[in-house]
Amino acid sequence: MPSYNLSHLDQLEAEAIFIFREVAAQFEKPVILFSGGKDSITMVHLARKAFWPAKVPFPLLHIDTGHNFPEALEFRDNLAKKYNVTLDVGLVQDSIDRGTAQEERGVNPSRNSLQSITLLEKLEEGAYDAAFGGGRRDEEKARAKERFFSHRDDFGQWDPKNQRPELWNLYNGKKAVGESFRIFPISNWTEMDVWQYIKKEKIELPSIYFSHKRNVVNRGGVWIAESPYNTLLEGEKYEERVIRYRTLGCMTITGAVESEASTLDAIIEEVAAARQTERGNRADDKRSEAAMEDRKKQGYF
Amino acid sequence: MSDSTKGYMDMDLLRFTTAGSVDDGKSTLIGRLMYDTKSIFEDQIDAIEQSSQNRGDEHVNLALLTDGLKAEREQGITIDVAYRYFATPKRKFIIADTPGHIQYTRNMVTGASTANLAIILIDARKGVIEQTKRHSFIASLLQIKHVIVCINKMDLVDYSEEIFEQIKKEYLGFDAKLEIPDIRFIPISALHGDNVVNRSENMDWYQGPSLLWTLENVQIASDRNLIDSRFPVQWVIRPQSDEYHDFRGYAGNIAGGVFRKGEEVVVLPSGFTSKVKSISTMDGELAEAFPPMAVAITLEDEIDISRGDMIAKPNNQPKAEQDIDMMICWLNTNALKLGGKYLIKHTSNEAKCIIKDVRYKVNVNTLEKSEDDKEIKANDIARIQIKTARPLFFDSYRKNRNTGSVILIDEFSNETVGAGMII
Repeated sequence: MPSYNLSHLDQLEAEAIFIFREVAAQFEKPVILFSGGKDSITMVHLARKAFWPAKVPFPLLHIDTGHNFPEALEFRDNLAKKYNVTLDVGLVQDSIDRGTAQEERGVNPSRNSLQSITLLEKLEEGAYDAAFGGGRRDEEKARAKERFFSHRDDFGQWDPKNQRPELWNLYNGKKAVGESFRIFPISNWTEMDVWQYIKKEKIELPSIYFSHKRNVVNRGGVWIAESPYNTLLEGEKYEERVIRYRTLGCMTITGAVESEASTLDAIIEEVAAARQTERGNRADDKRSEAAMEDRKKQGYF
Repeated sequence: MSDSTKGYMDMDLLRFTTAGSVDDGKSTLIGRLMYDTKSIFEDQIDAIEQSSQNRGDEHVNLALLTDGLKAEREQGITIDVAYRYFATPKRKFIIADTPGHIQYTRNMVTGASTANLAIILIDARKGVIEQTKRHSFIASLLQIKHVIVCINKMDLVDYSEEIFEQIKKEYLGFDAKLEIPDIRFIPISALHGDNVVNRSENMDWYQGPSLLWTLENVQIASDRNLIDSRFPVQWVIRPQSDEYHDFRGYAGNIAGGVFRKGEEVVVLPSGFTSKVKSISTMDGELAEAFPPMAVAITLEDEIDISRGDMIAKPNNQPKAEQDIDMMICWLNTNALKLGGKYLIKHTSNEAKCIIKDVRYKVNVNTLEKSEDDKEIKANDIARIQIKTARPLFFDSYRKNRNTGSVILIDEFSNETVGAGMII
């Protein structure tokens, strides 16, 4: 007698596939928010599984701050081509040029908070009524409160105090004109689950996730990469280190970890032993205790 | 791959919910479980140490780890369901962390809806109180098969065996009204870690396992329905490509039973029968599929099938009716409208429905039924009768949580207003 048990990865996969299909059925024009990071790459893989052998019925939307790792952009373009998926890119620079967004002041301005503006503009422009995000509840305490189907008002705002209750696997995507949803198919996954799944499914990743040599500068305990977007402060200098990235964001704010892990096995072991959260080296989360919650309320995914 | 990562790849998954009234130490228990299983990172600890200091708390407040929203931290209470994760080499755990306040019964129902197991906390100094009964009733109503009653704060009652036994007896005094096949009792101190992850040295009279050991070892596989085959069609896959020109797959997750290639099936509501031609996935074809697998089923015959239809076996079909009795938990601040129309969502099916009758309301604290009180407000639980505009294909919730659960949606506000369990 077979046991008919699914491993945790298989259960999480089945749950995510269910969400992808549910969104296809309930919404007019969904889009997958794609950053080129491991979570959104995993989402594309899950979307392919959900509709196979048909192609993924959603386009990808990348909000490009203009401060991205070149390796990530190259990977992004190749992936869209390989799976024959439409790729739409929203440039934060366009919003700045239009005057709808304003560059931060200071020596090393971050464009992280500006992403929300460009994102909302692109969602409106594309008339997208559901946007998939790779957010996971284990990432951050405000995200732990997030629903699979997260309702947004017609300004794209999240109201954490007034979320729709979500029971069983019955997801309610009903909305008024102008309102939209953010969809988080991998809500229940942890960083470890994502890495294990990437290994199990042999999913390709941008090279920056694996150990490599790079010129970096230590700023407030965080290793920041040399890039055209970063200005050295007084007394700082770049040095070559063996590093890799645990998360992928703008070059200006994403800290590298010193690591020799060059294979998925080594990364999984490293993650299992890690004493810092993956976002522990994201400068954008450290600006205030409720930085993520505040950004999400305004439309960040 | 080394042995340390190997086990993690094919772990089992247990979803559980925690219930307890305010100050029973729920957040501390979750904090303890995560802390002792090394699921809390140093920067998270640093952050809550800093916040505790800023707030003027005397000790590091582990509850800050779980209260994620600003308003929660300001008020020091948990407002909304949150989900937490931790893993041991044996199992991965998803915790639905639900608030204990009485006005948030709906949140406990929400957390319990996907749980395999519930932890109910009792303050050893207070014993069984109304909220203990309410939480147990909800666990029973939601058909949670395993309940662990954790009698907490044993350190504050001198680790007294008498008090533990007395509370256990009290609990067993009312559990006859509950449908929970597996109830266990563990004396703990979440604050000091007694019997949470490690066995307590302070209670040598307790011979049972620790909480974590119990969570790791409770058998949940048999809680699924593997008898009654149910496949709600979620989406029809038509590739229209050269390679898969004739492919017509019915996509969905298996909601009950086992489907096998070559077996005869019936499609509802049309009643047409056919045979399973293939069970397809991107990883290849499968010989059989079981809950909760996500697959695409193709059939031998060309039948008109769309979302909301149900595939079953000819000799074992779900009920197909329009008059439906259910227990409902009301979720919305707008009261239930007797005679009012709502949208009902059941599996992948949707229909309009009308509330025909409120048969009785349950007092969730005493478990008494009241047939006179027909006013159903937020957090109330009642038995109602509805009529749907077209038949739903369902089983009783007791038989199958997937095909026996529904939500009601208000058509004007679009909000999810009710959570129903079909009788």
